Amino acid sequence: MDFDLSSEQSMLKDSVHRLMTQRYTQEARQRFMAEPEGWSRDNWRQFAELGLLGLGFDEDLGGFGGTMVDTMIVLESFGRGLVIEPYLGSVVLGGGILRHAEFGARADMIAAGADGSRLFALAHEEEGARYVLSHVSTKVRRTAGGFVLEGRKINVIAGDSADTLFVTARTGGGIRDQGGISIFAVSKDQAGVTVEPYRAIDGSRYAAVTLAGVTLPESALVGTIDEGFAVLDRAVSDALAAVCGEAVGLMEVMLHTVVEYLKTRNQFGGPLARFQALQHRAAEMYVATEQARSMAIYAAMMAGEPDDRERRRALSFAKVQIGKSLHFVGQQAVQLSGGIGVTDEYIVGQQFKRSTAIERQFGDVDHHLSLIDAIDRHS
Amino acid sequence: MDLSYTPAELSFREEVRAFIRQNLPDEIRAKAGLSAYYEAADLRAWQRILNDKGWAASHWPVEYGGPGWSAVQRYIFMEEILQAPAPEPLSFNINMVGPVVYTFGSQEQKAHFLPKIRSLDYWFCQGFSEPGAGSDLASLRTSAIRDGDDYVINGQKIWTSTAHDANWMFCLVRTNTTGKKQEGISFVLIDMATPGITVRPIITIDGEHHTNEVFFDNVRVPIANRVGEENKGWDYAKFLLGNERTGIARVGLSKGRLTRAKRLAELSQTQEGKLSDDPFFRRRCIEIEVELKALEITALRIIDRQRKRNDGQPDPASSILKLRGAETQQATSELVAEVAGPLGLAYTHGGKAPWRDFAADDLTAVLGAVPNYFLARAASIYGGASEIQKNIISKAILGL
Ligand SMILES: Cc1cc2nc3c(=O)[nH]c(=O)nc-3n(C[C@H](O)[C@H](O)[C@H](O)COP(=O)(O)OP(=O)(O)OC[C@H]3O[C@@H](n4cnc5c(N)ncnc54)[C@H](O)[C@@H]3O)c2cc1C
Repeated sequence: MDFDLSSEQSMLKDSVHRLMTQRYTQEARQRFMAEPEGWSRDNWRQFAELGLLGLGFDEDLGGFGGTMVDTMIVLESFGRGLVIEPYLGSVVLGGGILRHAEFGARADMIAAGADGSRLFALAHEEEGARYVLSHVSTKVRRTAGGFVLEGRKINVIAGDSADTLFVTARTGGGIRDQGGISIFAVSKDQAGVTVEPYRAIDGSRYAAVTLAGVTLPESALVGTIDEGFAVLDRAVSDALAAVCGEAVGLMEVMLHTVVEYLKTRNQFGGPLARFQALQHRAAEMYVATEQARSMAIYAAMMAGEPDDRERRRALSFAKVQIGKSLHFVGQQAVQLSGGIGVTDEYIVGQQFKRSTAIERQFGDVDHHLSLIDAIDRHS
Repeated sequence: MDLSYTPAELSFREEVRAFIRQNLPDEIRAKAGLSAYYEAADLRAWQRILNDKGWAASHWPVEYGGPGWSAVQRYIFMEEILQAPAPEPLSFNINMVGPVVYTFGSQEQKAHFLPKIRSLDYWFCQGFSEPGAGSDLASLRTSAIRDGDDYVINGQKIWTSTAHDANWMFCLVRTNTTGKKQEGISFVLIDMATPGITVRPIITIDGEHHTNEVFFDNVRVPIANRVGEENKGWDYAKFLLGNERTGIARVGLSKGRLTRAKRLAELSQTQEGKLSDDPFFRRRCIEIEVELKALEITALRIIDRQRKRNDGQPDPASSILKLRGAETQQATSELVAEVAGPLGLAYTHGGKAPWRDFAADDLTAVLGAVPNYFLARAASIYGGASEIQKNIISKAILGL
């Protein structure tokens, strides 16, 4: 048993941390958000230079190697800096499809992703899906030379920035069956593809993607026909573990900011920090953060677990704890900040919004409790 | 002891329901169904309708334009408004400044202000909090110095909600800097058009403009606009906050949200089936419903006790209503946001979906639920934060 980071991991942690403190001040972040795509291409180049974009891909596929623990380290720092760039969407989720599916263009795509010249997005979620991962109603018609896609996807992270969209669509089975899902690589400027960007509650950029008679060649199929769910599930497992890391970074900074605030805000003739009710609240926030950290580590270790049942159960465990901790820490960070906590401008408010988004991404607490319950009942 | 409404009270409830049904303008009703915010014009229009009926100031004495209802009738009225849902008569006017004016104001002030407060011709905002005076309100520093027939006011207020819609402010100012800080505060009414006042917006966490900073630079306010005695403003403020807290439980609002969450859950499919059939979800709804029932009865008990004591003193037990009222408002806003699920991730502003139009009766009506949840976090901060309510209970009731 060893919870220490390796020396390479410590170096990675330091270099991402340095990047954050140098570039990611709150004012800078506002500037990044005001850029045309809602994030900074310049930062993206920095990520490429540091090797972050190729992290998590095997070296023989054009990546830089690295495990889920490395990804967790990066995301934890990103959580602290409240990074707005679509790392999760492009590198972890889109990249997850590249990691877990085998197809012709894969190595080229990984290389282009790693050097920052190409972005990816997973276009999977649909309006009626709620958190059910196998919900896919996007239709596929087979033609002599390939496929025609019809449907609408929502909440596609950085859908308007991505060069390639990995679109899930139904080639067989019913609307929520795991079998019969296939994944297609769709270029965003393909005829019939409409991408409508919009703002998410955490300030990041999402898009709705409408596919109206999008004609694709045979080679657009990613992995095996009808068996896309396994790939999707693995990519989402990676992303779930990654947001657990981000959540820990977020909780750390929220707690830190609040503790500083309590020390400096004076009411009733002295600092708020002298009220024991508030000291205890901060202590509870600390406990919740540490419990979450343990589960983020667990998620990172288990994300690569090949046994589906073991992996899914572990990741659901992690998301339940992360969700509960985020909920408490986020709400209390706002509460203890008083009025300023509910302003749009204050960093704690922005961190709380990101927390609220993470609570929902890849399933909320109730959803994962039900998944665990279902797994346990059926085994 | 009797918990049921009398036949007369039940028929009163029917009368209120029917009035709201027939008179609430459609465009205002539609906003409530879509998590959209009411505009200032909506509030003005609706309060005029209520005022014309004589219902704008439900708990004011008849001589000042109240309808002469019993405590139970008043309660029923507010519940029906909130559950409809329809906009509440502006709390700053009706629950806060009105009672201070008719209890402590001069004859002239009563005659001039009360009708305009009821009709919303005068829209009041509340200038209490300052950057250095939040929970510790008595440490406020905005100063009022006598000069002839005027006070000259300098300083800054913050979190002044609706100051951008208001044409008047009731304001706490410091008229004495020596002695106990509570004993140097006065309560003045300020015309927002007076030169030297600057209103600057604060955008809240839901991305909207509800509240403001207000700056005073040598603002001249007639001494005649002071309510009650000089340096006695703290007593009036405590009276006002006590009234605010009784009205703040907003059980009806939470009930309305709960109903809405259940209705929307019918449209949402989990792994197992409809969300509305999900046992976790159902139990959570029931738990909230139980809490609301208890809160409703507690509110009625406190109202009943206040009515019987009839000494105008704030009841420290009203802190229960503020505390649990804020919690249930938050729990229900959270519930709607949970029903929204991943659809809630899209930010929407005033009732438009990012990818298509939506209607009150389809699932996209949940859009906007998350910003509402964000704003509801403020309920345990304003009007005396939850921690402060607990301090009041532990000190004033439990003697700790
Ligand atoms: C949306 C919104 C609208 C508002 N509208 C108005 C308005 O119209 N007019 C107006 O005058 N004001 C308004 N307020 C201001 C509101 O009343 C104050 O925010 C509130 O009094 C808290 O003050 P503060 O924000 O300075 O927080 P602080 O007083 O700095 O408190 C910070 C935290 O410390 C806690 N705390 C403080 N003292 C103690 C203690 N002794 N023991 C334990 N915990 C303590 C608080 O509970 C809080 O959690 C509004 C606020 C908000 C958020």
